[in-house]
Amino acid sequence: MYHREKSIQLKSSASALYNNLSVLRLAPRSLTHFAVVHANVVNLVSASWDGLNYSHRQLQSKEGNVATSSSLIMQAAWCVLPSRDLLVVTSQKGIQMYESDGSIMVYWHALDTPETPTAKAIFARGIAAVRDKYICVGVSSGAVLVFDVPSKGSNITLSEVLEEHTEAVTDMASECSGSAEYIADLVSADDSGLLCVWKSGGDFQLLNKIPGFDMSCSSVKLWKGTVIAAYGTGQIRLYEGVTGILHAEVNAHARWIYSLDIAPFTGLLLSAAEDSFVRVWHLNPAPENNSVEIEHLYNECVTDTQICGAKFCDGDGYAFAVTGYDLSEIIRYTQA
Amino acid sequence: MSLRTLPLLMINMGGEMLYILDQRLRAQNETDDKIQKGWSDADRKRVMNDIVGVMFSKAFLEELMQPQDTYSHQALRYLLTRLAHTSIMRLNSTSIDRLYDLMTMAFKYQIALCPRPRDILLVSFNHMDGVRELVKDNPRLVNLINEAQRLIIEMFTPLSDGEFQLIRQTLLTFFQDTHIRVSVFLKENLQNADGSFVMPTSGTVPHGSEVPGLIRYFNTRGRVVRRREFVTGGSYTRPVRDASFDVSGDRVTRLGINMYGESSHTPEDTHTSRSSTHTCKREQVSDEPNPLAKVELNLLAKLMGQMEVWDSVGADGGMGVNLFPSDQEEEDTRFSVEDEVFCVVNIQAVKVDTELTRIAAEFTDQDAAERPGDKGEDLLAMMDEL
Repeated sequence: MYHREKSIQLKSSASALYNNLSVLRLAPRSLTHFAVVHANVVNLVSASWDGLNYSHRQLQSKEGNVATSSSLIMQAAWCVLPSRDLLVVTSQKGIQMYESDGSIMVYWHALDTPETPTAKAIFARGIAAVRDKYICVGVSSGAVLVFDVPSKGSNITLSEVLEEHTEAVTDMASECSGSAEYIADLVSADDSGLLCVWKSGGDFQLLNKIPGFDMSCSSVKLWKGTVIAAYGTGQIRLYEGVTGILHAEVNAHARWIYSLDIAPFTGLLLSAAEDSFVRVWHLNPAPENNSVEIEHLYNECVTDTQICGAKFCDGDGYAFAVTGYDLSEIIRYTQA
Repeated sequence: MSLRTLPLLMINMGGEMLYILDQRLRAQNETDDKIQKGWSDADRKRVMNDIVGVMFSKAFLEELMQPQDTYSHQALRYLLTRLAHTSIMRLNSTSIDRLYDLMTMAFKYQIALCPRPRDILLVSFNHMDGVRELVKDNPRLVNLINEAQRLIIEMFTPLSDGEFQLIRQTLLTFFQDTHIRVSVFLKENLQNADGSFVMPTSGTVPHGSEVPGLIRYFNTRGRVVRRREFVTGGSYTRPVRDASFDVSGDRVTRLGINMYGESSHTPEDTHTSRSSTHTCKREQVSDEPNPLAKVELNLLAKLMGQMEVWDSVGADGGMGVNLFPSDQEEEDTRFSVEDEVFCVVNIQAVKVDTELTRIAAEFTDQDAAERPGDKGEDLLAMMDEL
């Protein structure tokens, strides 16, 4: 179904972090941007669609006191709002927001750090753009920070802090179908596997809490009202977001899953894990019994690679890209 | 990221160090080479006992257990060298280099391959069990290791799987871009020629996980209404039993056991090879000595004691040993997968020194320029002189 394309070289290798690949497709300029985290650096690559031109940029996490050890980055992801695209970078020290090409930092939010280090690590992780003007970021304390982003300029404000999680937030996702008919806008996941389903607005409203089972949910997606959650057990679960009804459970991978992605137009689902497998699934809404079906379509074994990032490169799922721990390249696959 | 990596780094890399030292010193004892004479069984035991006594001392471990960032490679190498030199044995810089490479790759392999993050604890227990076996004649040390193991159990077993994953990811970042080839791994087909590890797509899934290949569909009342299987491309089985996270018991995983054990103490097991590009890369990663870590280092060094011995290495009556004599290196090439690669290494064995000197020089400059009068400098300077 898919075949391997020429890889894109990175300036430095990918770190072992959940969802360690972000893709931004810029149709007007026929460009695709890729972001991959290496320790305290974000590798940015933009590739022209004809595959002939690549340009590289590296972002250092240079916040905080430079004299102390530089802070490690946890995640880098583009947030696409109707008015603007921002690159959000989360680390041990705080949250940075850049213009989408990484050229200018427009906002910096520092995390509260205690004077003396405690055993609990502090970091931000989990990034999602919600509706017209919100960017939500998770924190290791379990808090979800909601930022209100103006259509231009740097007057970004922290508008709300959602405190429903008690464990470190792992990932966050907004409804990706583009349709306004679904009530739930946002889902957040944490280290205990707890999922919180939210409706955005002046005040974010908690719609539902789907309990975990003491196993981290490392990656989560929200598509047509269905929450797709991936866990450290290698399982994927499909829930109806608003009610929490479990539609399906998939024994998908033999090791910890690191990344999920949805192609919103076709309902293709991508899952990737430490077991070196990438799998493609198809989600099919079954309105007659108020459910969603999942079927398995395709396997790809990226030999001897602990996969840490996997994303579709377009809304149809025609192509996808994969990163792996210690690997200095982005491996690409396209449909045959 | 995680602030709890240091005790694990010390126990596992220290454990690997003890395995290697034990095997090398046994080999030294067996050779007829009279130049290296003097390494009797009693000497070897003394070295083992001295190192284990410091490594598992309560004060030292408790200091490591303070929440703190991971050290730089430079600092960790210094600490482990100091640990080795708490005994009567003195290692030359080539031996220290090779020793550190072996420890690094062994532990990197164990972290990368352990099926679930929590298994890092089992790897640590395997190391502690293995070291206990090496000093089993000494009840005081066996006791010390048991106590240390209880400390580790107390600190780590309550952690969630998510926290263990963070520890694992922090350690993987620490070892990132280190691709030294180790002959024992290459020979066993555990490592590829480019230094990456072979990731199996078969075997047992971690305890608590399901074998991939099944989809279950539920109705609104939570009943399974349909099952469908799919082809996974791997072949996995369910684990037979869960491992023991107690002071003793079956650890199930073999990661972290003594692979230089009785049956195979032949010199080729400790052969490493590295490309020059790699050396540069790795030093880059560790190029930011954390000032905080420097203070900590001084403290740890004090806990280890014998500060004065350091100043007079070689003149204190300690016994020098070359762990990896060059004549054995050449013999090793017959075991190697790619002969030409290992030839390069033999030349490199000489070059490593100049490379280190260059890096050391850079460090001294940088330190002197940026942080004049910093106390930690003394230790880093000593490190450079290794």
